[in-house]
Amino acid sequence: MKKLLPIAVSLAALTAMNVSASTLEDVQARGVLKCGVSTGLAGFAAPNDSGQWEGLDVDLCRAVAAAVLGDSEKVEYVPLTSKVRFEVLKSGEIDVLSRVTTWTFTRDASLGLNFAGVNYYDGQGFMVPKALGVTSAKDLDGASICIQTGTTTELNAAEYFKLNGMTYEPVPVETSAEGRSNYIAGRCDVYTTDASALAAQRSVFEDPTAHVVLPEIISKEPLGPVVRHGDDQWLDIVKWSHNVMLNAEELNITSKNLDERGANDKDPAAQGLLGTNEAKLGAMLGLDKKWAYNIIKQVGNYSESFERNVGKETALKLDRGLNALWTNGGIQYAPPLK
Amino acid sequence: MSGTQVQEKKTVTLGSLWRDKKSRGVILQIFAVIVILLFIGNIVSNTVENLDRLGVKVGFDFLTEPANYDINQTLIEYDSSDTHFRAGLVGLLNTLLVAVCGIVVATFLGFTAGVLRLSNNFVLSRLMQVYVEITRNVPVLLQILLWHGILIHSLPVPKKAEAMFEGFVLTNRGAYMPQPIPQEGFGWVWIALIIAIVGAVLFKKYANKVQIETGRLIPAIWIGAAFIIGLPLITFLLMGSPIEISYPELKGFNYKGGFVIKPEFMALWFALSIYTGAFIAEIVRAGIQSVSHGQTEAAHALGIRPDFTMRLVVIPQALRVIIPPLISQYLNLTKNSSLAIAIGYMDLVATIGGISLNQTGRALESMAIVLGVYLFISLFISGLMNIYNKRVALVGR
Repeated sequence: MKKLLPIAVSLAALTAMNVSASTLEDVQARGVLKCGVSTGLAGFAAPNDSGQWEGLDVDLCRAVAAAVLGDSEKVEYVPLTSKVRFEVLKSGEIDVLSRVTTWTFTRDASLGLNFAGVNYYDGQGFMVPKALGVTSAKDLDGASICIQTGTTTELNAAEYFKLNGMTYEPVPVETSAEGRSNYIAGRCDVYTTDASALAAQRSVFEDPTAHVVLPEIISKEPLGPVVRHGDDQWLDIVKWSHNVMLNAEELNITSKNLDERGANDKDPAAQGLLGTNEAKLGAMLGLDKKWAYNIIKQVGNYSESFERNVGKETALKLDRGLNALWTNGGIQYAPPLK
Repeated sequence: MSGTQVQEKKTVTLGSLWRDKKSRGVILQIFAVIVILLFIGNIVSNTVENLDRLGVKVGFDFLTEPANYDINQTLIEYDSSDTHFRAGLVGLLNTLLVAVCGIVVATFLGFTAGVLRLSNNFVLSRLMQVYVEITRNVPVLLQILLWHGILIHSLPVPKKAEAMFEGFVLTNRGAYMPQPIPQEGFGWVWIALIIAIVGAVLFKKYANKVQIETGRLIPAIWIGAAFIIGLPLITFLLMGSPIEISYPELKGFNYKGGFVIKPEFMALWFALSIYTGAFIAEIVRAGIQSVSHGQTEAAHALGIRPDFTMRLVVIPQALRVIIPPLISQYLNLTKNSSLAIAIGYMDLVATIGGISLNQTGRALESMAIVLGVYLFISLFISGLMNIYNKRVALVGR
């Protein structure tokens, strides 16, 4: 019977794993946030030369860590392929998925997951070599097209070509590196994915100017962070971590002028962000009252994050476009922090 | 059971059952089975409970929904409005295609290399040794990626490609060749072919009978081959050559028309055949070497010609050693074909286990289907080969 004891113990342990505290308590007890990110997509999530993860998606992880743990560096990044991302999140191996994930009805309704906002409004585009002389996606009849598998991209391409009565040869690729290799070798004429990712891919080509992104954007791709069903408090925390960055931009509060504004600003909205007022917004989320202060101080507002990672000064050179604040003609709009 | 009957006269207590070696074994085995079943049951109920808690449905209803994605190599009619089930079927056929083509070439390569490695020609046998040792010791995934890289980077893009012969074009998007398209009346050629094959088999049986009764040899193989080629050819000409040939032509971005073999298929096919061929070569060499040299000498002493010695004495004995490990190699090749996803060949794993899984989020169900199908294919191949093995195995007399 002695031999059977370990088996019985491990069986009991397996059963016990079912029970777990709330995600917030788990993260605080662990002292580190587990964040699922891309396996390497310049501008969104990629390690820099010194091995630090950087990008717009990474900043969202850092914001949540700053809010929950008070330190934006306490993040464990888990690089995930597009194929395994939802399973890994569902199984509880990560706390939040911030990996250029498109918010669609099916994913929201059938996977047991919730989308906690949109940190980048994207759309699917086509990139072709300039030498091809193509100026519109309508000229692509009969072309070979490199498409990353396991994404909404495949469905959009199939739909677009069908609607326009055109044919194409899909060349499925598993990773962006494989996509680049196929595209550069001329295995496909066209590379299609989200326009932001095309810009990211182009930025690492030997001669980025030899390739052009066609004007047609064929789909809506709202990209945002994802959490599991069944923990509304955690959903709120992730949602509002993002909204704090947007509200800060709207109020012109940056990581640099934050302390100065905190001392002088009488605007209640600003007070909410800076953690000095009596409303104790943080407590409603189960967080420290400096949660928003920490986000802005350590990560910055949305504009700072955008310009640092994908803006005009970076290799990606993306316009704010749809991602400008609603006050500047874009559609980034955060509910009021009241 | 006779042992327990003797004991029945004594009173059976728990202690006596435990002391008895036989019944103790049975008790322990029953206990082990219960523990394993509990373990599996726990995992299943945990999974179901967790999925239920997250509000995820489990079921195979998604198979009848439209797949909405395109596949570049389809052996049957398929378009993006077809169901996930049909997409999976397209993938399955692609898996079977590369497995069958791979097995044929790997067997051919393996037998050739295995025999040549035993050749007295020093250069030839060393060359085969180099082939076997290099390909056997490099992971097959790397070989697949290497072949794919070679094909797409070294071959020209369609616009720069030139035809090697009339209608044959080699590009990095595939090897294009003229495709014969059967016209009305071609069905008779198929019928003629079937008749010819049946006839050839019957003739071979007759020739065997004649040989056993009279010792007279009839070259039945050659006559049969001539029959199989000749009869359909005559029918074809009689029907007025009912065939039209479609030549590939460069239109826009790509060649249109003709028959095309995609580079993804070629890379996978080459890599799997060459890799598995190396293993088969070793199996064949071991098989031939396992037949005692005395057998050959004895056959020669009886005055049997060398080619008959090989065919009738050595090979049948070697096959007994070769077939069982050969089955494993066929299974390995089939299962290794699931690495196709690395280069974007749309096999079963890439369709149902890849895109469909992603679009519907039904990971458990999709993987269960893929697992089940591979299990079925493997058991099927292994069953076929076991039947063949029974025929060549040593029969106790």
